[in-house]
Amino acid sequence: MVSDAQTVPQPLPPEAVQLMTPQGAPPSALNEASERFLPYLQRLNTEAAQNIYRTMVTTRRVDQEATALQRQGQLVLWVPSSGQEGAQAGALAALAPQDWIFPTYREHAMALGRGVTPRELLLLFRGAAHSGWNAQDYRVHPYTLVLAAQALHATGYAWGVGLDQCDWTSQQRAENGEVVLACFGDGASSEGDIHESMVFAASYDAPVVFFCQNNHWAISVPFEVQSRVPIARRAAGYGFDGVTVDGNDPLATYAVTAWAAEQARSGTGPVLVEAHTYRMGAHTTADDPTKYRGRDEEQSWSALDPITRMRSYLTAQDLGDDAFFSAVDEEAEDLAAQTRQAVVSMTAETIPALDDVFAHAYAEPHPLVEAERAWHHTWEAGFAETEGENR
Amino acid sequence: MSTEKLTIAKAITAGLADELRADDKTMLLGEDIGSLGGVYRVTEGLKAEFGAQRVVDSPLAESGIIGTSIGLAMRGYRPVAEIQFDGFVFPGFNQITTQLAKMRARTAGTRQVPVTIRIPYGGGIGSVEHHSESPEALFAHTAGLRILTPSSAHDAYWLTRKGIQSQDPVIIFEPKRRYWLKGEVDRENPGAADNPFIAQVVRRGTDATVVAWGPLVPVALAAAETAAAEGRQLEVIDLRSLSPIDFDALETSLRKTGRMVVAHEAPTFGGLGGEISARLTERAFLALEAPILRVGGFHLPYPPSRVEEQYLPDLDKILDAVDRLFTY
Ligand SMILES: Cc1ncc(C[n+]2csc(CCOP(=O)(O)OP(=O)(O)O)c2C)c(N)n1
Repeated sequence: MVSDAQTVPQPLPPEAVQLMTPQGAPPSALNEASERFLPYLQRLNTEAAQNIYRTMVTTRRVDQEATALQRQGQLVLWVPSSGQEGAQAGALAALAPQDWIFPTYREHAMALGRGVTPRELLLLFRGAAHSGWNAQDYRVHPYTLVLAAQALHATGYAWGVGLDQCDWTSQQRAENGEVVLACFGDGASSEGDIHESMVFAASYDAPVVFFCQNNHWAISVPFEVQSRVPIARRAAGYGFDGVTVDGNDPLATYAVTAWAAEQARSGTGPVLVEAHTYRMGAHTTADDPTKYRGRDEEQSWSALDPITRMRSYLTAQDLGDDAFFSAVDEEAEDLAAQTRQAVVSMTAETIPALDDVFAHAYAEPHPLVEAERAWHHTWEAGFAETEGENR
Repeated sequence: MSTEKLTIAKAITAGLADELRADDKTMLLGEDIGSLGGVYRVTEGLKAEFGAQRVVDSPLAESGIIGTSIGLAMRGYRPVAEIQFDGFVFPGFNQITTQLAKMRARTAGTRQVPVTIRIPYGGGIGSVEHHSESPEALFAHTAGLRILTPSSAHDAYWLTRKGIQSQDPVIIFEPKRRYWLKGEVDRENPGAADNPFIAQVVRRGTDATVVAWGPLVPVALAAAETAAAEGRQLEVIDLRSLSPIDFDALETSLRKTGRMVVAHEAPTFGGLGGEISARLTERAFLALEAPILRVGGFHLPYPPSRVEEQYLPDLDKILDAVDRLFTY
């Protein structure tokens, strides 16, 4: 039995920035902490606000389709992002095109929002590639399955950015400076690599925004086991700013991330953003959340669904009419159909051969790999011959 | 030919300096490598010449050193990370084996991570726990890495340079007890070190082959000297590259001598000697006059240094194995 205490939704930490009520009422600073972020909303034009909504809805639809595809045996695993789209789409909207994203394995809204196709996204989960997309094409690093490892890659990359731009003027930085978004979860925050990333980023003023999606659960382990305080409070210990934001409030997440990116871009070093959100479904398709958490908890978080909140906001502000919403729904259906089509058409021809792995293990010739590759060719060719003979 | 006589340590310093000069994207990072010049002074003077941005005193965090090096490499830099001692690489083991080694394959060849990691390794310096280990097999087992280990000053200079120039991640295990060994270094002509992944026959012989690397090469040479006095001609091979291993060179020698001893400081069990023995048995079984014998450390945590002489393969242990080769 899950006790009652565990089934109540976690309240936001008192300092969490919130610009939108759960009902999506017009933006206002709902507490003192929020006030300084309100001005950042002025940068969010109609198109960008609509885009946040579009990214959330299409991502959720692709997510549903991928879950179904996994159930049908078309994917080896799927990592749902339902519930976290607001945090992801809000943060993404705050980045400039030149900025880099170093995701974990759940940042589907960020990846799709940057243009990664559902096919490219799902190659990993089909077991057909370790990364389905070329990182440089979208400035989205490959998904990383070893928790927190990518936070160091992000920090090193950002360190390099800082070195490249060390003699830039503040105006050049503001216009063209690059920022790196390092994503991680509340569970991953316990890994040493997160700590080491923050130490290095602070030491070298690396323009990195640490973006923690605190979705309250690390598989079955609740947040309280990872930390006694909100993650954002840790930033003070490293000597930089940390802000907790209502991650199911896309406007607030946008505004806080825009502020954080502006800070990092200016060359003063890293910033930590903790987006307080909730993983609505299972951790992955291999997980069973009924074993460790209550239905009430899940249901009470549905009331804070970022998609519903954003839709109320757009409606109330006259930023989206029925035509817009149905167009987005249609787009989401299209994308879902494309997703299914892409996955079921991943036949042997579209899946890389083991030969490609041989080709990419090393940049320079390697005698052992070449010998094993030749052996593998001969082995495979042997089957082709016997098949021929049998025919 | 212009050569200069340098210790292995100073040859490495020279190699690092020449790479820093050749490419302004090359940078060094590690603990205490700046003003102090590293605990072995291998980076001495480099911060003064190249500045604190290129010779970086990093925070005390091995995973951080390797992990940020990966990010820097992706940004177009060529980081050379120093791990202070062999036994302290393990906080960075995760980044080396799950990230650095795999990044190229993971990204289908689109991301290069030309990171070099320098690790002083091996015993025989009378130090305390975790300062004398030989963890090379733990890394050689991981595909995607290259591993070099020099045994002479000339090789130390060139393996450093070639390692840094490689587009693949390279670990250079530096034989710390040989840091003060002097030798002629030709900074213009690499000679055989032009391809650092090729083994070197450092002494010709006909009766048996002794394979060694890093700190044990001088021991193997001394054993060959003694054996010669007793009328047995040993061929000594310095492997130099532990990944890949130059099996062709080993096979050639084995076919000539018919007998082989592999000596390394790391524990015999699960060590590279087993890999060499198995592979050469597959390749040249009929040429064998005796099984390939291994001489290595015991299956023990590296012992307190007062007894390390009993642990480390020495001249006598190698000669004893050679004798056994002739009893089959
Ligand atoms: C180093 C490491 N240890 C364990 C795992 C297995 N694992 C995968 S996800 C996960 C929980 C992560 O939780 P959190 O960081 O909160 O992210 P979330 O999945 O909730 O988004 C664990 C333990 C892993 N991937 N990497």
